[in-house]
Amino acid sequence: MSKEKIQICEEFFDIMPPEYQALVTNATWGKEGRGWKDVGVNKELIEQHSLCAGCPESMAFRYILASLPNPEDTVMVGSTGCTSLVFPHVGIHNIHSLFGNQNAVASGLKRALTLRFPGKVKDVVVLAGDGATVDIGLDYTLQSWFRQEKFTTICFDNELYANTGGQESGLMQKGFVAKMAPMGKQFDKVRLPEIARESGCVYVVNCTVSKPSLIEKVVKNAVLIAREIGPTYLQLYTPCILEIGKNSMEGLQEMRDAEKPGERFAYKEYISDQAKAFLADVAEKEKAKKASAKEALAQA
Amino acid sequence: MDSHSIIGTKNKKGQVYTDPNHLFFEAPRIPSFFTGSEVIKEAIRRASVDLMVAYPITPQSEAAALIGELYAEGYVTDYMRGENEFGVMSECAGGSFGGARVFTTTAGPGTMRAMENFPMWSGARLPIEMIVTCRGINSPLSIQPDTLEMYFLLETGMLVWHAETAQDFYDWILMGFMVAEQPDVHLPIAICCDGFFVTHTKDVVNLTPVDMCLPPYDPYRSPVPCMDMECPPVRMMRDPFIMKSNYISYATHASWQQEVRAAIERSRKHTIPLLGGLIETENVDAEILIVSSGTAVSQGREAIRLLADEGLRVGLVKIKSLRPWPYHEIREATKHAKHIFVPEFNVAGWMARELKATVPDSDRVVAGPQVAGGMTMPPEVIVEHIQRTLGKSVATLAARGS
Repeated sequence: MSKEKIQICEEFFDIMPPEYQALVTNATWGKEGRGWKDVGVNKELIEQHSLCAGCPESMAFRYILASLPNPEDTVMVGSTGCTSLVFPHVGIHNIHSLFGNQNAVASGLKRALTLRFPGKVKDVVVLAGDGATVDIGLDYTLQSWFRQEKFTTICFDNELYANTGGQESGLMQKGFVAKMAPMGKQFDKVRLPEIARESGCVYVVNCTVSKPSLIEKVVKNAVLIAREIGPTYLQLYTPCILEIGKNSMEGLQEMRDAEKPGERFAYKEYISDQAKAFLADVAEKEKAKKASAKEALAQA
Repeated sequence: MDSHSIIGTKNKKGQVYTDPNHLFFEAPRIPSFFTGSEVIKEAIRRASVDLMVAYPITPQSEAAALIGELYAEGYVTDYMRGENEFGVMSECAGGSFGGARVFTTTAGPGTMRAMENFPMWSGARLPIEMIVTCRGINSPLSIQPDTLEMYFLLETGMLVWHAETAQDFYDWILMGFMVAEQPDVHLPIAICCDGFFVTHTKDVVNLTPVDMCLPPYDPYRSPVPCMDMECPPVRMMRDPFIMKSNYISYATHASWQQEVRAAIERSRKHTIPLLGGLIETENVDAEILIVSSGTAVSQGREAIRLLADEGLRVGLVKIKSLRPWPYHEIREATKHAKHIFVPEFNVAGWMARELKATVPDSDRVVAGPQVAGGMTMPPEVIVEHIQRTLGKSVATLAARGS
């Protein structure tokens, strides 16, 4: 949908919410090279959120929304959890239907958009917590990858069920004492990034959201590769500061600690040869474009 | 996509998009001898379906696979096998959220596994059509006909119709899309039949011409935004509905559920002309009535014939639509009856309970006979039940066999 489709009647302009005014006046839709640097200036995709103060998930939300390469034609699918408290504020179409069925919904959605809009790019991005992705929804997560459904799955991994009050999840670390794990979790953190690779994902990244520029890069890669080649998966550490006993300002440090070499969120990436070649091609084209623009500028 | 403007034009298979009323009531009908499963296929061939999600479960597996053949032939735009019925119904939801006309089929344990999706479908106003070929849901495992699963569907917010014959099935599959997709309805629809009795038996069915099909679904007639990023405003709410323990939140949730129920009621005005009423009656001036739905009605017809041979006059009410529930129609049709018998293919006798909550002097409603777990219901069983209840001497089936 082009930005031109969204207009506000002049008489009502001043009473519209500020993010709506921003969407109409200076949205980044259609702007090439939109990214995390727009956060704080362009608020059309998310203005407020109802998460805890200092929640790394709220930062992750902003970085991801700022990094989507094609927000004007992107539909997101969420699930139940803390993310479902944010999605109602998000300025692109998003679907919440049930807990754990997000990849199944996205499969049907992507197919519908593909058959209804031939020749047009409609991106689908799933964003759900680790309970939805790995526990209750694991079947649907994996099956969508087996089927090579062309959309991106992003997991906000906070290593527990945050929204229901801090219960054990499959992505929780072994030994962590939590609700429903009163003696400490008895088994290892599920190795979903490896499982994703084996299940057919062509681009997999495991990292924290401490660096916005990194999130911008991996989100763009994941969406572009999913559009052209096959399923992609991002597992992002968004610690639940509330449930691990941290203060509002300590989320960033927690992520920095967790991404040190050898730690469980040290940057890890898998990319298929085809996806690698595709990204190189994209980079090559961008370089050529910049060079010709520079040349044109010099001639003028 | 204005569906009216394309009436008379052709789809890629050369079928003419036809005005539904012309298709249903004026177009020539071709008598054909088909199984119920083949009838599902032939209806979907003419239904302009965008996406079908399939999964094997007896007794709908054959129909679901036959629609795969339609996909291969190009009559259905996309087709996939889901991972299980919970996934299937979620894939259907995704397709419908994205503006596609979506069709699926399920049965028995599959219906139960998928159950969480159905109130979500209706709450999200997704006009998905689902065929339910009813079978047992109990343990020990049974694949035989049983209508207990329908009872679980009644309060999901879906439209629920119960076909008696393959002809009902054929017509209602096509008509179901037209009712479910009305802007003032826009709800999912379950079109149920009794598994095997309808799906696996052959019957003469009058088909509409193969070169005519329904107009396509227009998602922009939906009362809620289609999730395709083509319609502003894009921001759906200022606050999440969940977690806000306040009056506005409660009122929103409560009124939305009421609205879904109201939409079910509004479907009447579209359904009645198409189905010829929500019920069908014969001789309702009689003192004794048989009232039921599905193939229990067919068995009731035979019982009425046998009872007539013995000089007992019995009328019939066939209930076609369970949601909306034909409350006033049933009260009117049963006003003369002294005894209302309710044959059912399930152990619970839910239809009798629904009727007892509907008619005045509900003592008139006599539950049964009920058969379950795949037992057949010979007309003689209905005859015996009626005679015994009326205090007449009964030549039992067992006695006859000795």
